[in-house]
Amino acid sequence: MVPASQPWIRWSWVNSHLHLLRSDLWEHLQLTLLAVGFGLLITFVLAALARAWRPLEGALLALTGTLYAVPSLALLALLVPFTGFTTLTAEIALVSYTLLILLRNLLAGLDAVPGDVRDAALGMGFSRWRTFTRVELPLALPALFAGIRVAMVTTIGLVTVTSLIGEGGLGELLLDGFNRTFRTEEVVAATLVVALALATDLVLVAAERLLTPWTRRTA
Amino acid sequence: MTPLASVTLRAVFDWFDDRHHWTGSNGIPTRLGQHLSICAVSMFIACAVALPIGVALGHWRRGGLIAQNIANLGRAIPSLAILIIAVPIVGIGPRPAEVAMVALAIPPLLTNAYVGMLGVDEEIRDAARGLGMSGWQAVWRAELPNALPLILAGVRTASFQVIATATLAAEVASGGLGQYITQGLAVRDDVQVVCGSLLVVGLAVSVEIVIAGLQRLAVPAPLRNPTRYTTDEQLEESPDGNVLDLAA
Repeated sequence: MVPASQPWIRWSWVNSHLHLLRSDLWEHLQLTLLAVGFGLLITFVLAALARAWRPLEGALLALTGTLYAVPSLALLALLVPFTGFTTLTAEIALVSYTLLILLRNLLAGLDAVPGDVRDAALGMGFSRWRTFTRVELPLALPALFAGIRVAMVTTIGLVTVTSLIGEGGLGELLLDGFNRTFRTEEVVAATLVVALALATDLVLVAAERLLTPWTRRTA
Repeated sequence: MTPLASVTLRAVFDWFDDRHHWTGSNGIPTRLGQHLSICAVSMFIACAVALPIGVALGHWRRGGLIAQNIANLGRAIPSLAILIIAVPIVGIGPRPAEVAMVALAIPPLLTNAYVGMLGVDEEIRDAARGLGMSGWQAVWRAELPNALPLILAGVRTASFQVIATATLAAEVASGGLGQYITQGLAVRDDVQVVCGSLLVVGLAVSVEIVIAGLQRLAVPAPLRNPTRYTTDEQLEESPDGNVLDLAA
């Protein structure tokens, strides 16, 4: 336990460990991007499947909802006997938490595409696949981006938990601070996690504005 | 690495059947009691803080940006970080876990209360005023009953997350069911890990079912049709009427 008298932050430590902080921050970001990236990939496939065959939609949402409901530490713990204390274990857990958020938002976005627009695309001779990729997906982007933002922030927080199985970027720093009863490490780690989440969110907002220029004209 | 073959259904059954796991300070009743106590205390405090603020902001139709930012910030701060940093401040025992769980529960409670009040039909508010109700009466008698489904959906989400995440409490020796998982991971006792996880998932799902039942009971019969609350196009809502995210 950290003695109450220990200062919140010791700048000398921060200055001498900038390299460590940078590599942990980078690892944290990598774990997050990998998870959300794979989550997106799987979500696109699942959404395409759900579009191709409607009855699948309810089942997919129920399945991803169940995954979302498993406590993170429990899921990690359950995976360890299969995949060990590895990045793979961490990523499987992280990806499964992004699926519900992303899929729900993408499907909601696709549902909101006006029927007229879809008809017009088909009437212009677009194939169903082209209609999906060139018309429906772009129009669903704002809803999808809302999902990506939530998924990203949530994942950045969850990555810290993967430190309990020996992964976890800044989470490792946090845990190390706890084990060594060194408050500076804890505070720096927590601050960097929050800063990373806020910075990523800002980048995503900017990216959304760039990718969906048509939404600004009406706003 | 131990192969999962060591975790057979039989082993899990035997673990639960072992009466040593049902008594003493590391027994299931004790751990379950600790877990529930952490969750109940933190949910009580979080509700007492978040619900009045959410309801008031929603009633006044302002502060949406504040509510949304608090919710986003809350999502960004990892529970594990709060837990660890809280230890030297509030001492060992269940307190650090309660602090972390309060922080975890506030965002969904606040967002849902705010959005629920915001979603009350302007006509209902007008009618309440037309009947001569004071602001307080309008909130209590007209707006709250209409906002109740969403408010309770927030309580449900929050308690589910709190029960699941309180598993982390064991990392700072705050007890609870996570103790089995943490210990099991430390000594590579896969059976204990699996059994601990099952206990947490089981508890979370049971409480979810109980609150879902309460949700139905607490909502006046004429208001039980959920479609009125899920069609508002400003909201991204899940099938259970819970607000996943406020559209930016």
